[in-house]
Amino acid sequence: MNAITPDAAPNPHHAASPIRLLDGAILRRAVLDALRKLNPAQLIRNPVIFVTEIVAALVTFLAARNAILGQPAGFAAAIAAWLWLTVLFATFAEAVAEGRGRARAETLRRARADLSAKLLVRPDDRALYRPVPATQLSVGAFVLVEAGDLVPADGEIVEGIGSVDESAVTGESAPVIREAGGDRSAVTGGTRLLSDWMVVRITAAPGSTFIDRMIALVEGAKRRKTPNEIALDILLAGLTIIFLIAVATLVGFAHYSGLVLGVPVLAALLVTLIPTTIGGLLSAIGIAGMDRLVRFNVVATSGRAVEAAGDVDMLLLDKTGTITFGNRMATAFEPISGADARALAQAAASASIGDDTPEGRSILALARDRYGIVVEAPADAVTVPFSANTRLSGLDGAGRSWRKGAVDSLLATIGGVAPAGFAESVDRIARAGGTPLAVSEDGHLLGVIALSDVVKPGIRERFAALRRMGIRTVMITGDNKVTAAAIAAEAGVDDFLAQATPQDKLDYIRRVQSDGRLVAMCGDGTNDAPALAQADVGVAMQTGTQAAREAGNMVDLDSDPTKLIEVVEIGKQLLITRGSLTTFSIANDVSKYFAILPAIFVAGYPGLEALNIMRLHSPQSAIMSAVIFNALIIVILVPLALRGVRFRPLGAAALLRRNLLIYGVGGLIAPFIGIKLIDLVLSFLHLA
Amino acid sequence: MTVSGFAQILVVLLVPALLALPLGRFIARIANGERTLLSPILAPVERGLFAACGIRAGASMGWRGYVSALMVFSVMHFILLYAVLRGQYYLPMNPLHFPGMSPRLAFNTAISFLTNTNWQAYAGETTLSPFSQMLGLTSHNFLSAAAGIAAAFAVSRAFRKGSGANGLGNAWVDITRITLHLLIPISIVLTAILIALGVPDTLSASTTVTTLEGVKQVIALGPVAFQEAIKNLGTNGGGFFNANAAHPFENPGVLSDLIENWTLLLIPFAMPVAFGVIAERVRDGIALLVTMVVLLGLFAVLLYAAEAAGNPLLHALGVVGGNMEGKEVRFGVALSSVFAAATTGTSTGAVIAAHDSLMPLGGLVALFLMQLGEVVPGGVGSGLYGIVVFAIMAVFVAGLMVGRTPEYLGKKIGAREVKLAMLAVLILPLCILGGAAYSLCTASGLGSLANAGPHGLSEMLYAWTSATANNGSAFAGLSADTPLLDYGLAIAMLLGRFAFLVPVLAIAGSLAAKPSVPPGQGTFPTDGALFVGLLAGVILILGGLQFLPALSLGPLAEHVSMLAGHSY
Repeated sequence: MNAITPDAAPNPHHAASPIRLLDGAILRRAVLDALRKLNPAQLIRNPVIFVTEIVAALVTFLAARNAILGQPAGFAAAIAAWLWLTVLFATFAEAVAEGRGRARAETLRRARADLSAKLLVRPDDRALYRPVPATQLSVGAFVLVEAGDLVPADGEIVEGIGSVDESAVTGESAPVIREAGGDRSAVTGGTRLLSDWMVVRITAAPGSTFIDRMIALVEGAKRRKTPNEIALDILLAGLTIIFLIAVATLVGFAHYSGLVLGVPVLAALLVTLIPTTIGGLLSAIGIAGMDRLVRFNVVATSGRAVEAAGDVDMLLLDKTGTITFGNRMATAFEPISGADARALAQAAASASIGDDTPEGRSILALARDRYGIVVEAPADAVTVPFSANTRLSGLDGAGRSWRKGAVDSLLATIGGVAPAGFAESVDRIARAGGTPLAVSEDGHLLGVIALSDVVKPGIRERFAALRRMGIRTVMITGDNKVTAAAIAAEAGVDDFLAQATPQDKLDYIRRVQSDGRLVAMCGDGTNDAPALAQADVGVAMQTGTQAAREAGNMVDLDSDPTKLIEVVEIGKQLLITRGSLTTFSIANDVSKYFAILPAIFVAGYPGLEALNIMRLHSPQSAIMSAVIFNALIIVILVPLALRGVRFRPLGAAALLRRNLLIYGVGGLIAPFIGIKLIDLVLSFLHLA
Repeated sequence: MTVSGFAQILVVLLVPALLALPLGRFIARIANGERTLLSPILAPVERGLFAACGIRAGASMGWRGYVSALMVFSVMHFILLYAVLRGQYYLPMNPLHFPGMSPRLAFNTAISFLTNTNWQAYAGETTLSPFSQMLGLTSHNFLSAAAGIAAAFAVSRAFRKGSGANGLGNAWVDITRITLHLLIPISIVLTAILIALGVPDTLSASTTVTTLEGVKQVIALGPVAFQEAIKNLGTNGGGFFNANAAHPFENPGVLSDLIENWTLLLIPFAMPVAFGVIAERVRDGIALLVTMVVLLGLFAVLLYAAEAAGNPLLHALGVVGGNMEGKEVRFGVALSSVFAAATTGTSTGAVIAAHDSLMPLGGLVALFLMQLGEVVPGGVGSGLYGIVVFAIMAVFVAGLMVGRTPEYLGKKIGAREVKLAMLAVLILPLCILGGAAYSLCTASGLGSLANAGPHGLSEMLYAWTSATANNGSAFAGLSADTPLLDYGLAIAMLLGRFAFLVPVLAIAGSLAAKPSVPPGQGTFPTDGALFVGLLAGVILILGGLQFLPALSLGPLAEHVSMLAGHSY
């Protein structure tokens, strides 16, 4: 396992430059795109807005006809104008979301523009290649990449080793080592080789590298709808049909009642009733969800995976690098009876002066933190490096010697017998999941240092938050059961899988899935590939092998395994935003009845004015106000659709209560206020 | 409104709501094929019937199998009933020598009883022989009720853990067991009680008496008590007499009225409990029951408020008190109101007061209760599967707000379920609004109306609503035996029953095949007060939004006109 980003803070590196919520250039282009999206052939993907467009066209035609015939057309024209605005606001919402997604993708894509590749004629002969444009590379082609070259496409190193600058993709400036074979053999198109050379076998056809896939996810016209989005679309289409029936049959009822209802009035009633708010924002919400994921430097290969992330019941997390820092660190000094802890710390620090490993540094840090000991190497100091034979390391100097190392090796070297209590200390440390290191000074045993896997700060709280959301965490580790149990208890995971083989992981996932639960995991090695493929959400690390990256349905460009938690939150946020705005949209309808019904029936039954509880100025202003509110609310909610409803790690019941109150009850009340305000403005301006 | 009035409503609603708990568990035992009290007697009967009909009791069906069985069953019974009604002149037990029904009326009546609607475009006591009443109609009261409950069983089983695509049960077994263990025994007990209370039950068709004035009068009689029992128990509603349960022979006094009102709520209230037990989610089932009881209680009180307020036009003339037009003095305003709410809420359609004479707002409540899709609490079985469809839609929209793709009772709700649910609920506005609007624009439709203005609109709207919702009650002024209404309403009844039932069973099939997700902290809770509120809100808003425009021009317009001094 690779220990990658040591901090567990929920703040990953952001790609390139952050994109403001509403960027001027994006907005300008979005306005043009919004007009372009009025094309009915494209708009038919969105049934609610498509119906609105047809109705708008119909009312426009009638207004034009009346104007030509010299009949009053002002009201119809005003209705038509606001219906067109309703459609435009909806397409604008999608265009803005798309624009933001595209802007992010463009910065990545720019790196790949004008790439040329050195196509090898024979894979084993580096001398013979011909330059071709990267876009012409096919899967399976072998290319040579030399120091300074950009990697032309996603691929796998078959020969060579080199350091690669992946900052164009990950935003991480430190170069990483890539080499043939093993777990670090994958390279990404658009990254730059800094040293040496490598032969790369191309694994992605042009147009299917994951930057391209990412772009496809944020472009409205090409985007494939996710399963939940399709279901919601059907619901919205069904509601649209129901309201079509209600409005169409109203013609008959009105006819019987001796009322004549004009087409503009019926159009206004229909459009305000059908769920235009969510219909107009649905696509933007979806795109923004993908975009948020990209902002966290995670690329999904399908929208389905992001949705599934919201549903996940269980996270499978590798212990190393995710739950713990991955490096064993000194956590305690335990002197033998009769020895002084401070003396032990002093000796341990001296033995570690020349030790540049993380363990060695952690011993120095612990001695300094706990006892204020800062050791200096004697002038004639000689470092005794660790070797696999002696399993000891240390320092000789000023006629003294300090050693630290595996307990049995050290005891064998100094030839002493362990005093009473020492064995117990060693045992206790091992049982708690730590590694005991014995320390001697001048051939005398002083005690033992406990090296433990240190659980990242704050991780316990995150797991508790996940548990409140109903998500269980499972730790996967190669450690033995005893060690695993100790760390699992400290980190607060719900379960662990010790001494896990790839097959164990796969079996575990299958078992959990057969209970109907959804599992997310992250992994980087080739041996993770089967489990990644089996998991409902498999996040592969960018540093991982090509096999792992293809098996997963997301790639984390930062290779930060803790990000799985953010991925889940983004998935949930996407669904919550969709549900909240749908609820809001449907709840809005109640007020529109109270605005429009009295307005259109009052001519026949003056008593129905009692339904005009908002006391709207006139029938015309009531209808106009409802239509205007219905259009404006789409634009007003665009920022919320793009940003997403804030996610809180609460239980489902608490979350539901909260959102139902804000978007359900709020959705009932808000339009009463909004329509009344618009009516006041209209009547103040003598517009209606 | 009086305290006594509220107390009467409370008594009417709470008794069956409490009885629902044991009865629901009993019904679940029937569904699960477990032994019941009468098994020692009925088990051999069952085995004999299954053997005779070649039914393999253990063979569980998928949704297509279940639908096919119900369809075959319905078609067979349609043919049989149609033949009886057409040929009653030639059939035995026809002492008054009634002629056969016209093809059109027989078609309408057969569909009506087949679909558990019991829309009656005729007067029973002057049209039908005892043979037609018993073998034709009463038997269908049992069978259409059993078919509805059977479908509800299938839907309940879909939510059971590990049900599998073919785990919906066996329709033939369900219908048989429901009839034998549930409907017949309770009906027999009820018949005995009703006879004791003075309801006649005889094969003689009439008796002649000499009145105090010395005039000879022929009084129609028949097997009234037995039909009365099942018409309420099975939420059928087709009365023996044209006056239905307002007739003293169907409903002699307050006690019989209470019993009949309890009876028609009994199984509809028990079904959600049975659903919970069958699906192994008892609390969720009870949440559905609570939703039904709360909504029905709310509407009963609204209806009572409208009726108790009375007619201001009459008040101006010095007639004080609530609206007693069309009500029996022996029942009064409160009992008549709660019966009207219960009979429209349950798709029964039996009446103890003339719905035509309800106050405009009272009539609006009755209409609205049917337009909600007959789910508070709805007909036997149909109310349960109806409210499950609403629950699925409520969970689908609001469930997203907890950040998971929605699931109901552990079953994920996907595009297919939403599509089928929308298909099912579309039938209501299509038939009710489409049918009523069309009829009001045709000469034939206008000719059927007894009243002008908004009340006429309400009459027509009521007829199509009642037919589509398989209720069967009517605003009595309407002349329903016309080609337009006979055929049109028959089609509405068919669609209202089967165009709803088939998609619902398809949903059941689709859900049954899905794995069951175990509940956790992140699961949308569907067993608490929050869900009850949400579900009630969805039912009211969805129902209200569809029908409010039409209702504004009908009862609401009539109400405001009445306040302005116009009556229709």
